[in-house]
Amino acid sequence: MSFDLVFKNATLANGSTIDIGIAGDRIAAMGADLSGTQAIDASGLIALPGFVDLHTHLREPGFEASETVLTGSRAAAKGGYTAVHPMANTSPVADNAGVVEQVFGLGIDAGYVDVFPIGAVTKGLEGKQLAELGAMADSRAQVRVFSDDGKCVSDPLLMRRALEYVKNFGGVIAQHAQDPRLTEGAQMNEGVVSAQLGLTGWPGVAEESIIARDVMLAETLGSRIHICHLSTARSVEIVRWAKRRGVQVTAEVTPHHLLLTDELVRTYDPVYKVNPPLRTQDDVAALRAALVDGTIDIIATDHAPHPAEAKECEWDSAAFGMVGLETAASVAQLVLIESGKSDWTRLAEVMSINAAKIAGDIDHGNELAVGTLANLAFIDPAVKREIVRATESKSENNPYAGLTLPGRVMHTVYRGTLTVQNGTIRERL
Amino acid sequence: MKHLISAADLSLDVTLALLDTAEEMSIVNEREIKKLPTLRGRTVVNLFFEDSTRTRISFELAAKRLSADVIGFTAKGSSVSKGESLKDTAQTLEAMGADAVIVRHHASGAAQNLATAGWISAHVVNAGDGKHEHPTQALLDAFTIRKRLHGAGSTGKNLAGVRVLIVGDVLHSRVARSNLHLLRTLGARVAVAAPATLLPATPDALVAEHYFDLDEAIAKFKPDAVMMLRVQLERMSASFFPSAQEYSANWGLTRERAVALPATTLIMHPGPMNRGLEISSYAADAPQSTVLDQVRNGISVRMSTLYHLMAGDQQ
Repeated sequence: MSFDLVFKNATLANGSTIDIGIAGDRIAAMGADLSGTQAIDASGLIALPGFVDLHTHLREPGFEASETVLTGSRAAAKGGYTAVHPMANTSPVADNAGVVEQVFGLGIDAGYVDVFPIGAVTKGLEGKQLAELGAMADSRAQVRVFSDDGKCVSDPLLMRRALEYVKNFGGVIAQHAQDPRLTEGAQMNEGVVSAQLGLTGWPGVAEESIIARDVMLAETLGSRIHICHLSTARSVEIVRWAKRRGVQVTAEVTPHHLLLTDELVRTYDPVYKVNPPLRTQDDVAALRAALVDGTIDIIATDHAPHPAEAKECEWDSAAFGMVGLETAASVAQLVLIESGKSDWTRLAEVMSINAAKIAGDIDHGNELAVGTLANLAFIDPAVKREIVRATESKSENNPYAGLTLPGRVMHTVYRGTLTVQNGTIRERL
Repeated sequence: MKHLISAADLSLDVTLALLDTAEEMSIVNEREIKKLPTLRGRTVVNLFFEDSTRTRISFELAAKRLSADVIGFTAKGSSVSKGESLKDTAQTLEAMGADAVIVRHHASGAAQNLATAGWISAHVVNAGDGKHEHPTQALLDAFTIRKRLHGAGSTGKNLAGVRVLIVGDVLHSRVARSNLHLLRTLGARVAVAAPATLLPATPDALVAEHYFDLDEAIAKFKPDAVMMLRVQLERMSASFFPSAQEYSANWGLTRERAVALPATTLIMHPGPMNRGLEISSYAADAPQSTVLDQVRNGISVRMSTLYHLMAGDQQ
């Protein structure tokens, strides 16, 4: 039998070497000596399920100067992703069926990854009344993840109602944990560096207190809760405690919180301004350990593109956020593989499998097996690459520029089609 | 030295050179004709995004006494959404021929951004950036202490062993941050006294020696100089302290506290003062008060700063 596309001698996460044959949009065979219309030598490359990002900002509609669904999809594919979940803080806000269907459709038109919109929890992200959660769930976009990301659902009663309401259709609330009163005017992590730089502090307790409240709410209600971008050591401890109690809580960490610290803010370069803020080395160590031991379930990028003028200014006026889709897998490799603390199976879990489970993306995050949809990422783990500022993203607020990171996504296969080949994005598919 | 951004950047040698040149400038300032030709033909811009009449006038006088052309640019409401960006404003001024930009900005780090972002090539002098630093204030404070202690023999002297107590809103104070760096570089011992709400949550990040009680601080630390910081009344509405009366009673340099100080203990204040709040009129007007000396010395120190930054440029 001949296949449309064959990857020769790919290495699976478990270390075995195998040929992978793809026919149409499915994996059609896994074995030895397969041949196909197109054969790609994958020796030395790790074959993983295509990555799934549970926390992306694609900025469309409304902020197309920063990113569009197309440019963000290309950046995602370049980073090995086959599915992304764009957050709801667009303009108009994705708080109704119309907007989520629009974004979903733009994803299909772009054709580089599956775009599964996240719906707002509250109307206009204003934290006052519930958005049309059921209508979004029933829409063509079939929204299952809801978040006011960028803002916290700080009203405890509203949070309770949301946690209960999404049970109707198996949804999950992804909480941006930030007590608004404790972070008024906050600019960076509160600690030694903020004291010296004279920047208003964003104390860890503003995150931790909300997480503590919400895991208790979830336990009380028997609801699922997902915590966005954990950033402190104590947040890790609270999630660990909650999981031990059997709370249905999952948690994410961003690549930047796994790698960068608030020491970088000493430059006053707003490329390092992000929310939640970069924390300390102790926090980074705790987050890394939690990613290894399973307390943290996934790496999610919080890819947050901004135009140059939003960062070419004084710190206080600059926008929060940094790009990250094209470097996330490298940071994952650094933390899990180069450290010697974990393995590629775990990397597949945190980059793909677990996010797909949380969001209910049935065609993603599957073990590589015959019959599953061909969503795949192939990584060359031996490469060391210097990160350049410009990426497929429309924006260049890239804090990794100039750093050397391990690994490179060589090929991405989305529904049987190569979106990235030899590290290069493929044009009009 | 190309820019003056932070007192933390100043070595002991550079600090002493700045102070010693300021001594020479102070002699010029006592002459009938208070003017040197040093910066003739050079243009200095006062770029003020925040009201500060006294600092702006002090820099303006300093530049004029060195014969520079001085232009003032006062911009209110500088956020990106509201108007021209800091980058565009600075580039515009440089295009008009500014050789040095003296910047006062409400955002911490704005002076460093101007110096390092590659927007302009002019000299940058930090005249106060948010809650970060105000290095010429620290220079004039150090100059004032040295002058009171050593008089005409000040040149070349450091502040080894001098004990300075900074009192008040350290958390929000660029004056405190600059002084903590500069006074310690000069060998002084610095402590702070403030309510816990007006210190960083981790006060050790700034200074190991801190007191939550002013009377205890004065009794134990035995300061040679007490530096009172200005209190913004808006801190009260934000619950940093309960009332002006309570602040004044606990943290103000009241008449009673001032009377109890040794006559040799200097009373300092960067101005403008809130008489009756952080400092009593008795203390402000006492013989050991240096408040007006500080204003006077500010001009000499700023002349010295401009001289060190600009005099060596190729014309």
